[in-house]
Amino acid sequence: MIRLVSRGVAQGQFRDERLGRITTAAVDPDLRADHAFLVRPASATPDLTGYAGVLVLPGAEVPTTDLPATKVGEELSYLSDGDVVLMTPSGRISVLYRKSSRHNTILSTERCNSLCLMCSQPPQPEDDSYRVPQILRLLDLIDTGCVELGVSGGEPLLLGDGFFSIVEKCKRLLPSTALHVLTNGRLFKDPTLAKRLGEITHPDIMLGIPLYADVDTVHDYVVQVQGAFDETVVGLYNLAEHGVPIEIRVVLHAQTYRRLPQLAEYIYRNFPFVSHVALMGLEMFGYTNINLADLWIDPVDYQPELRAATMTLAERGLNVSIYNHQLCTIPQELWPFARQSISDWKNIFVPECEGCTAKPMCSGFFHSAAKRHSAHITPPKIPALLADRLTSLGVEAARG
Amino acid sequence: MTKPIFREPSHFEERRRPYTFLPFRYLDLAGQKLLVNEVGEHLLVPDSTFEAFVSKKLQPDAVAYGDLKAKQMLLDGPPDVPIRMLATKYRTKRSFLSGFTRLHIFVVSLRCEHSCHYCQVSRVSTDKSRYDMTVETANRSLDLVFRSPAPEISIEFQGGEPFLNFDLIRHVVEEAERRIVVEPRQVQFVITTNLALVTDEILEFCRQHKILISTSLDGPASIHNTNRPRPGNDSHELTVRGIERARSILGYDQVSALMTTTKLTLDRPEEVVDEYVRLGFDHIVLRPLSPYGFAVKTKLKTGYDTDAYLRFYERTLAYVIEMNRGGRFFVEGFSQLLLTKILTPFATGYVDLQSPAGAGISAAVYNYDGDVYVSDEARMLAEMGDKTFRLGSVHSDTYEAMFGGELLRTLVESSCVESLPGCSDCALQTWCGSDPVENYAKQGNIIGHRPTSDFCHRNMSIIKHLLRLYHEGDDQLRHIFWSWVNNRPVAELVPGLEAIA
Repeated sequence: MIRLVSRGVAQGQFRDERLGRITTAAVDPDLRADHAFLVRPASATPDLTGYAGVLVLPGAEVPTTDLPATKVGEELSYLSDGDVVLMTPSGRISVLYRKSSRHNTILSTERCNSLCLMCSQPPQPEDDSYRVPQILRLLDLIDTGCVELGVSGGEPLLLGDGFFSIVEKCKRLLPSTALHVLTNGRLFKDPTLAKRLGEITHPDIMLGIPLYADVDTVHDYVVQVQGAFDETVVGLYNLAEHGVPIEIRVVLHAQTYRRLPQLAEYIYRNFPFVSHVALMGLEMFGYTNINLADLWIDPVDYQPELRAATMTLAERGLNVSIYNHQLCTIPQELWPFARQSISDWKNIFVPECEGCTAKPMCSGFFHSAAKRHSAHITPPKIPALLADRLTSLGVEAARG
Repeated sequence: MTKPIFREPSHFEERRRPYTFLPFRYLDLAGQKLLVNEVGEHLLVPDSTFEAFVSKKLQPDAVAYGDLKAKQMLLDGPPDVPIRMLATKYRTKRSFLSGFTRLHIFVVSLRCEHSCHYCQVSRVSTDKSRYDMTVETANRSLDLVFRSPAPEISIEFQGGEPFLNFDLIRHVVEEAERRIVVEPRQVQFVITTNLALVTDEILEFCRQHKILISTSLDGPASIHNTNRPRPGNDSHELTVRGIERARSILGYDQVSALMTTTKLTLDRPEEVVDEYVRLGFDHIVLRPLSPYGFAVKTKLKTGYDTDAYLRFYERTLAYVIEMNRGGRFFVEGFSQLLLTKILTPFATGYVDLQSPAGAGISAAVYNYDGDVYVSDEARMLAEMGDKTFRLGSVHSDTYEAMFGGELLRTLVESSCVESLPGCSDCALQTWCGSDPVENYAKQGNIIGHRPTSDFCHRNMSIIKHLLRLYHEGDDQLRHIFWSWVNNRPVAELVPGLEAIA
């Protein structure tokens, strides 16, 4: 697991937050305001005039400077050139972008108009639209070669104009970066918002929108808002009308697994235009812990429904993926649909995985699963067909 | 983290009202009730569930309650969103109607060197002036084609044997391509030919203009040559040679074949399918004899009743399914069409099974002499002396008079399954269609009489057969049917472990 937030010791003239792109080599004076200089042990420290800030790793000499500087812990030694960090006077360092990772997500807002039973990012009521200028600034610093960028929340559409300015700026500065936005889609019941998003014509945007059942009562209960299902459905139609690519996301738990096969058929008959359907395992984080009694089902116990839904979608020609499920919990015929979906920084394996040769192909767990996971985790029997592939993957991983 | 207040499921059921019905139709199938909604979504439920549903006693916690609600047959809350969803799906299913006439059939010559028993119209003649379409007639026909508002049109050349008047085909293709420069639209050309007379020069022209070839192949030589006599009794050999030649010049998938089922075929379906497989096709369309022309005259020789055809159809389908189970991707086209209608939210472009009927509004036939008919069958009827379904002539009538006239209006009005007696309450309605021309030819009026209609008997039987197979079959059978709907091998839709190895 990788720490994205860490607390160090702030030094120097540190009065306001500093955002900077990590560099370990000197940069042109007129570009320094965009950069945070990272001092590694036994590396020479150049003239630091003009940098946004300085980070000092353990064992490195603290340079003499008036700049905002933070002595950070070993857990941030992974930082490298091109990463983007936010430094605060309190000593907190937030890693907002990692150049080498495919799992970079911007938290756009913590406000939300839903209250999902299993929310992993519990909403906060305060207006946090101050994030928008920060995000727009962050976009200036993200590497233009970035493959994929996520925008999550909260509900990003609550930012109003701010949301659209983020998408527009992504299109302008990062046109080759796939933009993946997590939204509940409800506010797109207003066709003018769908139209406005469609007219930005971002070259590679996808909206990930949750749909938890094919009937309103179940969906509304899961998201804790009466009428949410109808709003999302209308939102999906409005978005499709304006050509915005859509992914449907279904989190599987005790409230959603029963109608999963029917939901798959419902998606095909009503929203055949969706680009992708993700069937996702539960993350043991946030509200899930509060509502665990209503949510928990061992994934092994819903495999008939998961299998039926996956086959229903696949045979109809829809792209379907299974996220966050360990290979030993799903039947082998579903392995081709299982993805290594968990962001690298929160991805773990558990002691039961020791010696499992399927690991290089397995999604593993959210770090939070250490608390609760399937009772059936055990190295699966490897089909002969996959033995060579797994061996080569295993070797790569070991080199890794 | 402050703990928010989470509400119980019951809170989200407060909007629920005693349920009412949205439109659906039903019939008995396989010991259960088949329910079909207004946009062709269906559900099979036990009779007892159906009884509870229609007597408004179905409980909200029943699985069927959710199923019926999700398919918008049961309404227990505000109607706005379910109605909007149905409307969207209805528009999608009926999108074949937008654009109006898109298939335009040019009968460029009535002459043919074959003398097939079942052929409706062709003449063995060398009198070119009498049975060939002229350039003037073709130009006037094109004037009408280009009046059609459809953004994508097909021009299909038929005969007789169209290659006997290849110069005219060349003219029509080049003229149409000239016109689309100033009147932009997409045009796809198709030539329906027996391929006996095809030359490399003709095929080179087809390649340059991306013309598709549709040929007739009735099975192995012993069946094909009996059905399709020509001097020298070499039709099969010439067709096979023509298919290979056309594939090598045009590309493999530019050539398709159609078969006609005769009495001779009924007991030998496996041989017919095997011949298609041997020749590298992955598609066959089982077609019954059409009840016109020489086919009616020679009924005793080639004909059979609908039940005999249905036995043949089911036996052939079973054989084709087994072949797919063995790993060979091979599609039966009529089942593919019906499964697409039944299982998908999409419209199909098949003009012979739709409501209102495709006659005139989806397809039109320009005969060699300039007469315009609503369908190929209408033209055949005319060749037998009954010009009821003649829209007019390219030489004397306007587009408005023909395509906006009384005949076409009557045909549209009289071919909506929603209002036809016997169709209006049929559960299979949304997947079916009507054929006023066949009704007229066989039953004496365009409305027809469903209980004695071969069209109805055949289509209902095949649809029910496919539904039974789909719902009683195993996973593999469903995969196969979906691979037909998607026109892709099963392994591309449902990859096995080899996909990740």
